[in-house]
Amino acid sequence: MSVEELYRDVILDHYRKPRHPGEIENADAKVEGVNPSCGDELLLTLRWDDDTVADAAISGSGCSISQASASMMTDKIIGMTADEVRELVGRFKAMMTITDGDPGIDPDRPGAALGDIEALQGVRKFPVRIKCADLAWTALEEVLTQHSAA
Amino acid sequence: MSDLSHIKADFPILSTEMNGKPLVYLDSAATTQKPVQVLDAMDDFYRTANSNVHRGAYAIAEDATNRYEGARARIAELINAGSPAEVTFQRGTTSAINTVAYGWGLYNLKEGDTIVLTGMEHHSNIVPWQLIVRHTGAKLRYLPMTEDFLVDDSDLESVIDSSTKIVGISGMSNVLGTVGPVEKVAAAAHAVGAIVVVDGAQMVPHLPCDVQTMGADFLAFGAHKMLGPTGVGALWGKPELLEKMEPFEGGGEMIRDVKLYESRWAEVPHKFEAGTPPIAEAIGFGAAVEYLQKIGMDAVREHEVEITGYALKQLEQVPDIKIYGPSDTSKRGGAVSFTLSDIHPHDMATILDEQGIAVRAGHHCAKPLMETLGVPATARASFYVYNDNSDVDALVAGLHRAREVFGVS
Repeated sequence: MSVEELYRDVILDHYRKPRHPGEIENADAKVEGVNPSCGDELLLTLRWDDDTVADAAISGSGCSISQASASMMTDKIIGMTADEVRELVGRFKAMMTITDGDPGIDPDRPGAALGDIEALQGVRKFPVRIKCADLAWTALEEVLTQHSAA
Repeated sequence: MSDLSHIKADFPILSTEMNGKPLVYLDSAATTQKPVQVLDAMDDFYRTANSNVHRGAYAIAEDATNRYEGARARIAELINAGSPAEVTFQRGTTSAINTVAYGWGLYNLKEGDTIVLTGMEHHSNIVPWQLIVRHTGAKLRYLPMTEDFLVDDSDLESVIDSSTKIVGISGMSNVLGTVGPVEKVAAAAHAVGAIVVVDGAQMVPHLPCDVQTMGADFLAFGAHKMLGPTGVGALWGKPELLEKMEPFEGGGEMIRDVKLYESRWAEVPHKFEAGTPPIAEAIGFGAAVEYLQKIGMDAVREHEVEITGYALKQLEQVPDIKIYGPSDTSKRGGAVSFTLSDIHPHDMATILDEQGIAVRAGHHCAKPLMETLGVPATARASFYVYNDNSDVDALVAGLHRAREVFGVS
């Protein structure tokens, strides 16, 4: 176990330069993610264009893992349909599940590759940090639930 | 330096490894490690005297009661209480403060009254009072902090006034290390007839304490931050207040007589000890106090001043570090909070973990204070009797490693 596996350059890059920071105007969804044990807090704002993510942003503060994960997530989901986002969330959660087996990522399937997000795989080796990586994604799940109910 | 190097061998965990590196334990403000003397006292109780206290009519039950009450007497001695009966066993500092909040605050506060706290309190000395405010209509006020990370006691009368009925103050901050101005604040509180509740979670383990001179009406502290086990703590109170205070929890053990519609309480301190107490833990608490008494609380304090002074000096030399807390070691204990460049404290803790170094990262259960400091989180290294300068050196090396991993130059 080496911390270099965790703190890849791409993660530090997203941490220092989050891609979609702040809050978007006229958001259809606003969901908070809070990790009371460590104090990480974020707010996910998202706007739908029918069934497609028109825009998304993250504000708040937290560690490099939670911030980078949130930045990568917003970058990835803009332009995706709700179903594609749902599939992505499933794949991300599978990747974060602590197993020795294959995380189930099939790069040949269209839209299947997690891209930059795969850099977060190293987090699995640091179980106490998984909740950091999950924070934004749990907020995103709530956005999807609200969207399905609407 | 006051030489406590011989005692490290009493702590089995300190010769273990974490992530393949010798464990450097710098999180004693969260919980301390336990010496074999404490482990043995608890183990021996379970092996040779396990039975309930204050009930049994047989020999080992009497033995159990004697060990339990012996622990109470030890604790009373440590803080110079007038008698062991002034010490009630609680589950920890938090439950001790809640006992005062619900046993005294709930019955004695009304609308128009104020509860005064300081700007450096742990959640355990904030949230119970917020709950009591909801029941009673009293209001909360706070003594501000100075730029030097001290409680601002320059104008106490403007905050502590005739409306004030309770003043709660931490004897030592778990974030800043700051020693609270307990005596001065207590004098201002008593001048207006308020009672003083001291959160001693960090103070009692680290400073010589004398309840006869401190000015406290209640003093709350826990065993696990002073070499004892989790699950037990103590509430000391002035005898006349303990007599008047209502019990927070009802049940077995705390009664004199129970009828279908009313009951009478047992004598102090048993009135505040409903249910079967954590007996082995209380005995372990007593053994921890005995261990500290053998070192001597003056020596404990002297060692802490020395290692904290060394730590501050070494840490200040790490580029881009910011330390939150007084620089004068006479005004502080051994909890040292800091941030380093743009490396988030959680990330710092993970990188230190890889080096076998245990520190705390986060808000330290003191979110209002973090707000004052203007940071969402800090890393915190905290020292106790078993730490020495080599632990500080390991920390500093670990911080240089963190700078390297994060590419901070």
